[in-house]
Amino acid sequence: MSVVFERPHALIDVPTHYCPGCTHGIVHRILAEVIDEMGIEGNTIGVCPVGCSVMAYDYFNCDMIEAAHGRAPAVATGVKRTNPDKFVFTYQGDGDLAAIGTAETVHSATRGENIVVIFINNTIYGMTGGQMAPTTLPGQVTQTTPFGRSPQLAGYPVKVCEMLSQLTGTAYAERVAVDSVPHIKAAKKAIRKAFENQKAGKGFSIVEVLSTCPTNWGLTPLEAIKRLQDEMIPYYPLGVYKDVEEGVFPAEGGNE
Amino acid sequence: MAKMTVITERCKGCGLCTAACPKKIVALQKEKRNKKGYFYAECTDQEACISCAMCATMCPDCAIVIEK
Amino acid sequence: MERNLMKGNEALAEAAIRAGCKCFFGYPITPQTELAAYMAKRMHKAGGVFLQAESEIAAINMVLGAASTGVRAMTSSSSPGISLKSEGVSYIAGSDLPAVIINVERGGPGLGGIQPSQADYWQATKALGHGDFQLLVYAPASVQEMVDYVVKAFDRADKYRMPAMILADGLLGQMMEPVSFPEINPDAYDKSGWAANGHNNARDHHIINSLYLQPDELERSIIDRYKRYEIIKETETEAELYLTEDCDILLCAFGATARVVKSAVNTAREQGIKAGLFRPKTLWPFPVKEINEAAKNAKALLSVEMSMGQMVDDIKLAINCSKPVEFFGRTGGVIPTPAEVLAEIKRIGGTL
Repeated sequence: MSVVFERPHALIDVPTHYCPGCTHGIVHRILAEVIDEMGIEGNTIGVCPVGCSVMAYDYFNCDMIEAAHGRAPAVATGVKRTNPDKFVFTYQGDGDLAAIGTAETVHSATRGENIVVIFINNTIYGMTGGQMAPTTLPGQVTQTTPFGRSPQLAGYPVKVCEMLSQLTGTAYAERVAVDSVPHIKAAKKAIRKAFENQKAGKGFSIVEVLSTCPTNWGLTPLEAIKRLQDEMIPYYPLGVYKDVEEGVFPAEGGNE
Repeated sequence: MAKMTVITERCKGCGLCTAACPKKIVALQKEKRNKKGYFYAECTDQEACISCAMCATMCPDCAIVIEK
Repeated sequence: MERNLMKGNEALAEAAIRAGCKCFFGYPITPQTELAAYMAKRMHKAGGVFLQAESEIAAINMVLGAASTGVRAMTSSSSPGISLKSEGVSYIAGSDLPAVIINVERGGPGLGGIQPSQADYWQATKALGHGDFQLLVYAPASVQEMVDYVVKAFDRADKYRMPAMILADGLLGQMMEPVSFPEINPDAYDKSGWAANGHNNARDHHIINSLYLQPDELERSIIDRYKRYEIIKETETEAELYLTEDCDILLCAFGATARVVKSAVNTAREQGIKAGLFRPKTLWPFPVKEINEAAKNAKALLSVEMSMGQMVDDIKLAINCSKPVEFFGRTGGVIPTPAEVLAEIKRIGGTL
């Protein structure tokens, strides 16, 4: 008999600190599978900022850099600009990317920075115990919206793929989910495409992954999957929001 | 003949695999727990396993290995 | 060596390029913007990266990213911008990364003014960010010294794996003086043992990180850093002692202010007053040995600063308050004049 499914090499064989049923683990695996399949672990550098995934440097076998909250795209820019032949990705949560790090996100996109941003949207701040995130849905109860998020008081969620697809420097923006096997396969395909974009120097690529947070949503892992399907996907429609095949830069200029 | 193996110490008893199995042959233990105290998952009927790996795909902890 | 007349801000940029700086991340802020403009012209041709970031916060984090891969990286700003960079500098220190940060000071607090100031002394030497850490702080007093200390900053930052700051001010940044550039070997330090530039399947992966959730691990990382700080305090202090052998009054000043004080000292000497000048070139590590040497015969000390008095406390500490230490300063961008300093010397002279 031969093995048909096992841990990818780019994912270190250690238990993770993520809560039971937290889909961070799935995204870690499909990202590592893409790195294995492209054979690029040796020249990939990952940047993980503050959030539940801040300790991802203990989980990925490629070189890793821990960044300040919200600053991963800037750190990644510093890495990529001085090491253009290396693959650079960031792995960020919604608070990190769409609250404190909004400027870094928008500007690395509008610069067409040749990096891959893996954006985990679980509508909450997980590591700090369940506070409102920029993607928290209207009416959603969190530690800092105990009566449900009221737009009058706390405004509306940020739709990141829609926002960034308006920027010329964004080559590829797709929103995926990891709530089911078909969706996980599609998510992996999107991550692979993002890395291929980077290889071809097409510009900024972001994959927004709708993800669960059973602990802070106060749901069981399977109930959390259901909430993602019933509440998040309708508010954050899956799909490709931008895909510039020929890349964002004029032919003769190129990114280098 | 397909084989589904659970790395019991990595399983966190989240149950995502149990819902994913098309053959409905993956369930959480009711008696045995791993060192962390989780009721880990197991394949209840290896014969019926078709090595589709859907359980493993849904597992957030790479706790399932599938052989064919 | 060829000498060319250069503006301070531009000399800082050229020195960095000569020192093997491969990337500069800047943001416009008076009075140092010429540095970024110069980098925009020169860096690309020199085979490096120039990028204007969206904020000083982004810029310091780009430095962190580049430095993590072993590349010599620099950013520069002025007082308010340095405040924005403080978290990033703390991360750079906590991740044991070399980096060069230039502060061409302007009047503060708040938006302050755009004239020269030295009121960021505390910020630079006491707490540029949260947590136990220091950074090397060099205080040039001429455009040539700005060049020399940029070169030294890159070298020592690599040697001790820590951030190094050039603490200049708007006066030095905006003035022009002849300078020459030393030849240097920028790649003197092997960073392959820690740099996160892709392991090429030839080594274990490297992690650049400042997070240590286990308290004893965090403590150990800090204590390791402080061992390096002890070595630095022993070996890296620098100061200029001018006419201090027989001085009754020892003036203490750094940077541009020291030039004003030196002319006051000369005038005092002409009038028979034995004044001398202690000029620290390193603000951290503070030159304790050197100031005690300079003050050995003095009856009183006078710290002259473009602030409300920040170095004065370190002077008292350095000599264990063994002698009276007074302060004279102008702030807000007002530059003290030699006449004002001379008047202070005479006032103190009268009381001896």
